[in-house]
Formats: sequence, structure tokens, C-alpha cells
Amino acid sequence: MSILILAEHDNASIKIATLNTVAAAIAIGGDITVLVAGSDCAAAGQAAASIAGVAKVLVADNAAYANQLAENVSLLVAELATDYTHVLAPATTNGKNILPRAAALLDVAQISDITFVVSADTFQHPIYAGNMIETIQSSDVIKVITVRTTGFDAVAAEGGSATVEIVAAAHDAGISSFVGQEVAVSDRPELTSAGIVISGGRGMQNGENFAMLEKVADKLGAALGASRAAVDAGFVPNDMQVGQTGKIVAPDLYIAVGISGAIQHLAGMKDSKVIVAINKDEDAPIFQVADYGLVADLFDAIPELEAAL
Amino acid sequence: MKVLVAVKRVPDYNVKVRPKSDGTGADLNNVKMSINPFCEIAVEEAIRLKEAGTATEVVAVSMGPKACQEQIRTALALGADRGIHVETDAVLQPLAVAKLLKAVFDKEAPDLIILGKQSIDSDNNQTGQMFAALAGLPQGTFASEVVFTDGKVKVTREIDGGLQTVALNLPAVVTTDLRLNEPRYASLPNIMKAKRKPLDVLTPEELAVDVGPRLTSVKVEPPAERAAGIKVDSVAALVDKLKNEAKVI
Repeated sequence: MSILILAEHDNASIKIATLNTVAAAIAIGGDITVLVAGSDCAAAGQAAASIAGVAKVLVADNAAYANQLAENVSLLVAELATDYTHVLAPATTNGKNILPRAAALLDVAQISDITFVVSADTFQHPIYAGNMIETIQSSDVIKVITVRTTGFDAVAAEGGSATVEIVAAAHDAGISSFVGQEVAVSDRPELTSAGIVISGGRGMQNGENFAMLEKVADKLGAALGASRAAVDAGFVPNDMQVGQTGKIVAPDLYIAVGISGAIQHLAGMKDSKVIVAINKDEDAPIFQVADYGLVADLFDAIPELEAAL
Repeated sequence: MKVLVAVKRVPDYNVKVRPKSDGTGADLNNVKMSINPFCEIAVEEAIRLKEAGTATEVVAVSMGPKACQEQIRTALALGADRGIHVETDAVLQPLAVAKLLKAVFDKEAPDLIILGKQSIDSDNNQTGQMFAALAGLPQGTFASEVVFTDGKVKVTREIDGGLQTVALNLPAVVTTDLRLNEPRYASLPNIMKAKRKPLDVLTPEELAVDVGPRLTSVKVEPPAERAAGIKVDSVAALVDKLKNEAKVI
């Protein structure tokens, strides 16, 4: 078997989601090739070559791939994929954008968000917002798969010595262009890779009150998240959303504040190692998954917590 | 400009769906069915484009068993002009839906196709991207804003860590994210009016599309339960537990 992984990277470095995806590839078994498609991405290609377990790195360095537009990168992935039995990408917004497009070009199905490898053609993934785990088998010649990063522990970023090959193919579909990007600049760690996450829900009452959580987050070096209810209510931007339709996180410590614990939220955080819930409703479902529950008014408890840290 | 909007019939988002006891799938007996919430946002966006004078016609399409016509009628009640139902009792996987949508696209020649980014049952997040690939169209996935300028559509996308804006040639595919808009409710007079709006029925055979599945669902089971923990009675006790028992801070 031979596995092609579409790397998540920023041209200069490899994102940790790629390391989780390599772990999934190792669970499948076979030779692992990582594709770095970007522009001025030689540094990311070199970084990919050091990942433990990777045999080969393909670097497609072209202006057409500069912002990893799905229209262009999917053509590249589909062209290269015919040499492989599996094509994997992390289930990041980038992977979700590009990979189904490549699958359709190959006339094969995609299996989304796998959390476990049963065998080379059979996988598990959550459906119905995590209410069920489906075991699913593919009969396609090429298995195209996105990997839920929290399902697989990242492999080491160092220790490998893969060969690096340059891919000359330049695919520019010419139907889309990049206009701009606004990436929130924050001193806090990234939500999906943070060791500690503190999230607020509808109980926060408004966006201003999230400043209370920010203070705690700063003391803990934590990332800030939110429930879908808080996003729907307009308290905070959607990129903070933890849940089945938002980000999936599995930090060492997850602190849910004023979050009732809807299944769609639990699906995004229930693999966290330690879960703390602070909610004034003692019947809130969040307490059923919390290791430590505190029934209290968050407007009393959060300032007290900040002072105690 | 013609807009094609795809809607999927799924269990209502308020219903907690459980696996069947024999593990062969979700137990949907007597479960209330609705339009997938992300598809509802897609319908709303299409209707707003019509209200703004950008779109001239909104066509709602759904694939699946006869009962899907309920969801098409809902889209019509919300403001779509006519409906297309591709009727089949086969289990449709995203690639098959994308192929059916491509066949409908070829017949209808819309300028914009709007879909939800994912359905809340299978949670695949694939169909819009697959359809775009098959039709050779550009895609603006996970959209939080859609603006028409200079013969193109600018789509602001929700990406990890922020927002990205892309400009797409028309025709284009847009898949909706949560914050694109807030869907309206259908009024009773509009629900009544929707019953008289045209609804064409097609079949996969008529569209010459092979909808055979590529994936086999082996088993469906509830997720592993997480053992409930303990309640602490104060912030001080919580901090003590986190420091000395869990050792995570």
C-alpha cells in the first residue's frame, strides 16, 4: 500500500495537523508520501522530510498553489493520486475544502473525519453530531479520507529523513482567485493545538463578558473557545466555535463555562483529557461528561478562579 | 440570474437520534424530519438574492424518496419559485448526489448553486465540493458573506483561525456556514401558496446517473461513554483538584 498525504502548512512550516494525519497513515500501513503544495514552500517541504515515518516528500512549488485554492490543488492531488492506494488530508477547513473535490475528479467516494483505522479499507467516523460512530468500508480503488486530528496522536516532527522530489505540474484552473485573508492575530495558542482550552456558552450573556474568560486564559496560557449557542447569539466569531460544526479539540484541560452541553458541543470536546464544567444549572448535561463540576454562578466563579491562579 | 439551491431531508436538529439496536443504522422511526439547517441557510441566501434583485429565479432541488417533496415545499414556502425532485429510494452517498446535481445543473444552467456545507445526519461536508469538481466550477465553501461584483462572486469563507475571501467566476458553487444569514420562518399564506408552485419529478435513470454506493456501512454504534466525574463545592476546591489530582495546571 502507498499513502499520499496532503500537508497542512503555511509555506514556511508544517502544521501539527499533518503530524496527526501521518499517524493515521501509519495505522493504515504502507509507504507514506507527503505532498506540500504551495508557493515558496521549500522550507515546508524540508520540514515535512523530517517527520518521523515519512518516506518521500513531493514539493509542488508554484504560484498557482499560493493560497491553496481548491480548484487548483485538487487537480494536482487527482493527478498524483493515481499512484497511490490512499489519499489523506487532515479534516481542517483546508482539507475539507480540497479533498472532496479531488475525490470527485477521481470518481471515488470520500470518507470524512475518521477517528480510527479498523483495516486498510475500513474506518470509524462520527455521524449525527457524534451521537453515533459508524464503521464504514470503502470498495474504491483509491481511498480518499479526511482525518479527525484529535483521533490520532501526532507523530514526532523530527527524526525522519525522507527524500524530497520536486513536482513540476502546474495546474491553474483559472476560475478562482484569492482576494484576501483576515487571520485573527492573537498571543494565545491556537484552539485546535492548545494544551488548555477555556470556552464560554450562552451563559456568558454577551460578547463583552468573554473578557473575563480571556483573563483566565492568559493566566493559564489557554486558548479561547465558545459553544455554537454563543456564536449563534453573536457573542463571538465562528472561528472560536467548538463542536461538530466547528472545531474539534482534545486538550489536556477543557474548561466549559456557562455551556449547557448540547450533543453538538460535546462532539467537539469530549475527547479532552480533563473536563471542567462551571454552570449554575446543576442538571446541565455538561456535568455528565465533566471530571470536575462546579455548580455556581459563573459571574462569581470566574473572577474567583482568576484570582486563585 | 438563476439560482439553484439544494436541500436535504434530515432528522430535525432538536431530535436526538440513536442507533438501531442491531447496529444497522440510525433509528428514524417516528422521527420528525426537516430541512437540514445549513440547507435552510442556503435557501435564505437564495431568496435574499432574489429580493435584492440580483437573482431572477430560485429553483429548489432535492434528491431521495418521495417524502423529500415536503422539504422542497418548505423551500417553496420560504420563497423559492419552483422545485425539482430527483426521486429514488436508493441510499444516496455524496458522490451520487453530486452526480445528480451535475445532471440537474446541465438541464437548468443556473449561474449560482448554493448548498449547505454539511448535513447534520451524515456530517460528510463533501457534496458541494464534489459537485463543483464534476461541473468544473469554482467553489466558495463555508461562506459567511456572498457579494456580486464585476461579473464575479466574492465569497468570504470561514477558515481555521479567521476569514478568507476568494473571487469566483460564474457559474459558481457556494456552501453555507452558520453566520451567512439567519433564516426566516415561512408564513401560513406562503405555505398555502407553495402547494401550487410547480414541482418537477425526475429519476436518476432519466438523468442517466449511476447512483450505486461506493461505501458500505458495516455498523453503527453509540459512542463510548465518558465516566461522570465529581462535583466540587468551591473554586478553591476546583483549583486544588486541578493542581494536585489531575495535575493539569
